[in-house]
Amino acid sequence: MSLAARLEQTAKTGAPIAFRTKRPWPGAIVSWLQAAPLALVLLLMFVAPLAFVVVVSFFDYGRVDIYPAFMLDNYVEVFTSEVTGRLYLKTLEYAALVEAITLVLGFFVAYYLTFHVRTLRWRIVLLLACSIPFFTSNVIRMISWIPFLGREGILNDAVMATHLVSQPLDFLLFSDFAVVVAYVHIFTLMMVAPVVNSMAKIDRGLIAAARDAGATEGQIVRDIIIPLSKTGIALGSVLVLTQVMGDYYIVRMLSGGKSAGVVTGIATQLNAFEYPPAAASSVVLLIVVITLVVGIFSLVDVRKELAA
Amino acid sequence: MMTEVGQPRPKSFYVLGFFFLLFLAFLYGPMIVIFILSFQGPDGGMSFPMVGRSTLWFQQLLSGTGRIGDIPSAFVRSLEMALVAAALTAAICVSAGMAFRRRFRGSGLLFYTAVSSLVMPSLFVGFGIALGFKELGWKTSLFTSGLGAQLTWTLPFGLMITFATIGRFDRRYEEAATDLGASSWQRFRDVILPIILPGVIGVALFGFTLSYDEFARSSLTVGTANTLPLEIWAMTTAATSPVLFALGTVTTVVSFCVLTAALVTIGVIMRRRAGSGRPATS
Repeated sequence: MSLAARLEQTAKTGAPIAFRTKRPWPGAIVSWLQAAPLALVLLLMFVAPLAFVVVVSFFDYGRVDIYPAFMLDNYVEVFTSEVTGRLYLKTLEYAALVEAITLVLGFFVAYYLTFHVRTLRWRIVLLLACSIPFFTSNVIRMISWIPFLGREGILNDAVMATHLVSQPLDFLLFSDFAVVVAYVHIFTLMMVAPVVNSMAKIDRGLIAAARDAGATEGQIVRDIIIPLSKTGIALGSVLVLTQVMGDYYIVRMLSGGKSAGVVTGIATQLNAFEYPPAAASSVVLLIVVITLVVGIFSLVDVRKELAA
Repeated sequence: MMTEVGQPRPKSFYVLGFFFLLFLAFLYGPMIVIFILSFQGPDGGMSFPMVGRSTLWFQQLLSGTGRIGDIPSAFVRSLEMALVAAALTAAICVSAGMAFRRRFRGSGLLFYTAVSSLVMPSLFVGFGIALGFKELGWKTSLFTSGLGAQLTWTLPFGLMITFATIGRFDRRYEEAATDLGASSWQRFRDVILPIILPGVIGVALFGFTLSYDEFARSSLTVGTANTLPLEIWAMTTAATSPVLFALGTVTTVVSFCVLTAALVTIGVIMRRRAGSGRPATS
């Protein structure tokens, strides 16, 4: 229809003019264009660099430079070094401990917020109170444990004041204990947020029905809430586990350099400019992390959870 | 277990409530200690007791004395970077979020690539980018490799918030706009964007704070000019005075201000909507 004809029709009927002069683009092309910036950034800054790391992991290297080659020596080194096993064991130990603690802590915090706090206003206020530290610097949050846990720190002063011990406790700072405390402090929110998100979608009617049928709170948690929030638990677990396994800074600062994880080993190689072995170690850790993530995600449909 | 307002609360409410308070104390306690210690007197050390009170450490911070790096410049660099990262994160995520409303070919791949970028050990991402730049003969710098490295961290988070925001959007508004003859751009600019604006501010907030505090991915990629978190990290090994805590207090206050500004803006938008009695205002 020509524009003149449309105007004429509008004048007659009073209906608004629909200026759809061009045919709309096919949906797929529009979607591709809309997704293109994200795809481009990820391709250039994530996929390509990762491919570089994989390629370099097969390279040879000298004192100052790396040389194109295809050799498996770097991988042989990773798998035969007795250090590798020790670092992996330590990292997995941290990961398992932190996962267990954040899971329990995160679950109950989310449960309290979603099912015990009765008004939306308070729920929002308390959830914000839990989230605000997430928006502050992680380095500062690491440092903040030092005056708390140190030999002359607040916790030791408090313990000394009880006269239960005569010496300040040395295991509090620069120890595995401090590392785990800092991990829990920094990463619990990564568990709380997805679990709250899952729990918020649970139909309250289900719970009312269970209660009317005589279920106790424990039964409701076990049989309704845990099964229905498992996607959130899975997502939170993935975030916590991968953050711990990929960490280098927290373990370094809070263990005072006494403890080391897998990434610490890689950082040491990087500092010595041993790029190909560092790349090979990275690829191995990458495979471990990806296997873990795929394993957890195979239990739930994360995309559905996020998109809905 | 949840009871209606007016009914007596179960015992578990008080047990869990106490537990929740302990959790908040655990979250905020150490930060409050840092805040107090940053006002330590001139003769005081990095732990209690407080030996008098002073703002000496803040003055040192501003003047750059006392064996610390150039904090004011690093601060400005970090702010600039965070603003750019926030704008890019919001724009890229909203655009991608619109795309993901349809299932298009490659959407699953793109989604899982974004998730991978989030779960990837940060040091690798930095290492990979630095290595790539080195092999291609390019110099790493703040707004090329550094910004790119930070986006691999801010974009996946932003994307999740965008999904949550767009998922709640009622498509009937859009259909009504189409029926009234709006073009797809008009539909986006005049209908969708105003409605999802609070969520978009949330995405920008994530972009800003995640970039402002990021250091694991930045450390190998920013080139010669350090961002603030990198300066702080460098200081932790060298500093022996409460100047470190003063810096911690300052940077936390900045994060709080940004957070408050974002929340107030979102609150004002929501209130206006509630007041106007319509779900969308433009």
